Amino acid sequence: MEKLLEVKDLEVSFKTYAGEIKAVRGVSFDINKGEIVAIVGESGCGKSVTAQSIMRLIPMPPGIIKKGSIIFEGRDITKLSEREMEHIRGSEMSMVFQDPMTSLNPTMKVGAQIAESLIKHQKMHSKEAWKKAIEMLKMVGIPNAEKRANQYPHEFSGGMRQRAMIAIALACNPKLLIADEPTTALDVTIQAQILDLMRDLQKKLNTAIIIITHNLGVVANLAERVLVMYAGKIIERGNLDDIFYNPRHPYTWGLLMSVPTPDLDKSKKLASIEGTPPDLFAPPVGCPFAPRCEYAMKICYEKYPEEFTVSDGHSVACWLMHPLAPKVKPPVGKGVTLS
Amino acid sequence: MARYILNRLVISLITAWVLVTIVFFLVRLLPGDPFLSEKVTPEIKQNMIKYYGFDKPLHIQYIRYISNLLKGDLGYSLRYKNRTVNEVIKQAFPYSADLGIRAVIFATIVGITLGIIAALNRNKPLDYLSMFIAIVGISVPGFVIGPLLQYIFAIKLKLLPVAQWKGFAYTIMPTFALSLGSIALIARLMRASMLDVVNQDYIKTAKSKGLSPTQIVWKHQIRNAILPVITVLGPVTATLLTGTFVIEQIFAIPGLGKFYILGIQNLDYSMVLGMTVFYGLFLIAANFIVDIIYGIIDPRIRIGGK
Repeated sequence: MEKLLEVKDLEVSFKTYAGEIKAVRGVSFDINKGEIVAIVGESGCGKSVTAQSIMRLIPMPPGIIKKGSIIFEGRDITKLSEREMEHIRGSEMSMVFQDPMTSLNPTMKVGAQIAESLIKHQKMHSKEAWKKAIEMLKMVGIPNAEKRANQYPHEFSGGMRQRAMIAIALACNPKLLIADEPTTALDVTIQAQILDLMRDLQKKLNTAIIIITHNLGVVANLAERVLVMYAGKIIERGNLDDIFYNPRHPYTWGLLMSVPTPDLDKSKKLASIEGTPPDLFAPPVGCPFAPRCEYAMKICYEKYPEEFTVSDGHSVACWLMHPLAPKVKPPVGKGVTLS
Repeated sequence: MARYILNRLVISLITAWVLVTIVFFLVRLLPGDPFLSEKVTPEIKQNMIKYYGFDKPLHIQYIRYISNLLKGDLGYSLRYKNRTVNEVIKQAFPYSADLGIRAVIFATIVGITLGIIAALNRNKPLDYLSMFIAIVGISVPGFVIGPLLQYIFAIKLKLLPVAQWKGFAYTIMPTFALSLGSIALIARLMRASMLDVVNQDYIKTAKSKGLSPTQIVWKHQIRNAILPVITVLGPVTATLLTGTFVIEQIFAIPGLGKFYILGIQNLDYSMVLGMTVFYGLFLIAANFIVDIIYGIIDPRIRIGGK
């Protein structure tokens, strides 16, 4: 497999009046060409910041990339000039945002918003770009594309707007698509449609996709590999089966147990992970999950665990994996059903 | 769109009627009568009151006024004998309108530009400079700016004529003095609006498409940021067209302002009413036009009118 993107030891912070928020604290991962990888974690774990750093969309200031490199096709994104970035954004990598209701310009025709990047990157004339925009709308499954291209975003439903967003993102046939919670703002049936669409298009165009989500259902639907993030670090990574059938980190267990299932005992409360994530102004030296972890040991509070390899491609940052740690039987794993 | 315009038009007409009615009765509540300052005998005064129809019950007068108004007749001035309010307006308004329109155009262009410059250079010297100009513009009244300009540019530098209204050079200082407050208002609004829009998700989308900062500003930011500014253009136009009195006095421009003020002082009912109705309709018309422009720029409004 050929590597498309290589993130090495990335650290991103935000300088605020109250201090420095360490949003991403040393994250490393690779994305291969044409692969779908999910980054999972709860709100504020740094998954969106990681994604936006790859596109260099973090507002700087207050944001700064403190350390690390992001190698995209041999070039280090963190070292490129703003102008060089403009050529990459939209043409080689692009992004679909969470809220389709606010992500489209309300005063511009949808077709024009798609055509815009074609004119910029592929130097198309406006007529040609408009034709391609209609084609893109057809490709993302919008009926009456000719008419729809002439409409404004408020004339589109939420699901259609997200389709339009995907059309914008894929217009120039990028090598990498970052989808930041693309289905969170949509209702469930539309979510399924959008995921199907993304999977189809990925097969057709062989675009690599990074999908950011807190919804494990989305992950199970789409991803080949999964990165679980917590408090600015990747705490477990593996392919889809590793994470769903053989999870090793107590946080991953917590996430999996929180997934509601159709055969749920309705008299019981939904499972949740007690407590709140740590304060990223002053992240703990040890494992950030330790205060919420029922298996936490003394060392968990003192030292951040190294990454233990479980199997090829599956590794976890948890002291429970240490040979000297007590053996714990995971509460989840085989037989987890997902809606 | 047609429906939207019709809708706006009906609302405008209702507003106009409410305005006329309220002003008609309010003016009558003022103590005294229009002939107080005339040195005439009670009989003659009685005759005059009868002549102008002020002896009739108020509602009859109201109906008569409205029916005349519908014909476009604002009545005779009680102060300037043998002159109708229509004539006074016809003679003086072109000067006021000329000055006002110049000020509106100047204020809009300069205000929006200043606001954009300030927003794009947020917390940098250009921002502080623009906002300093804005604060000065809002704080310093026209009757200070006017004479100051005259002193500097006409008397000291001898660049521009001191006063009167005879050609382009005569218009520069009054236009500037009149529009300063509105420039400030528009600049501050435009700046705030630009800064609000820059944080919108669709700006991030535009950036993620690889557009350059200039393209983002021109194609995505300004058009959205200008909407709230257009809303205040209606009232601003009205303020500039009607608020010319002080400036007209300072620069000796033969506009409407003088007649309005004298009309109030002399309880010249028909003059005050006529001017108020005239300006009121003007304001309503300005807002009506703004509503339509708004509908053209922001497609969401058009649909809302359905």
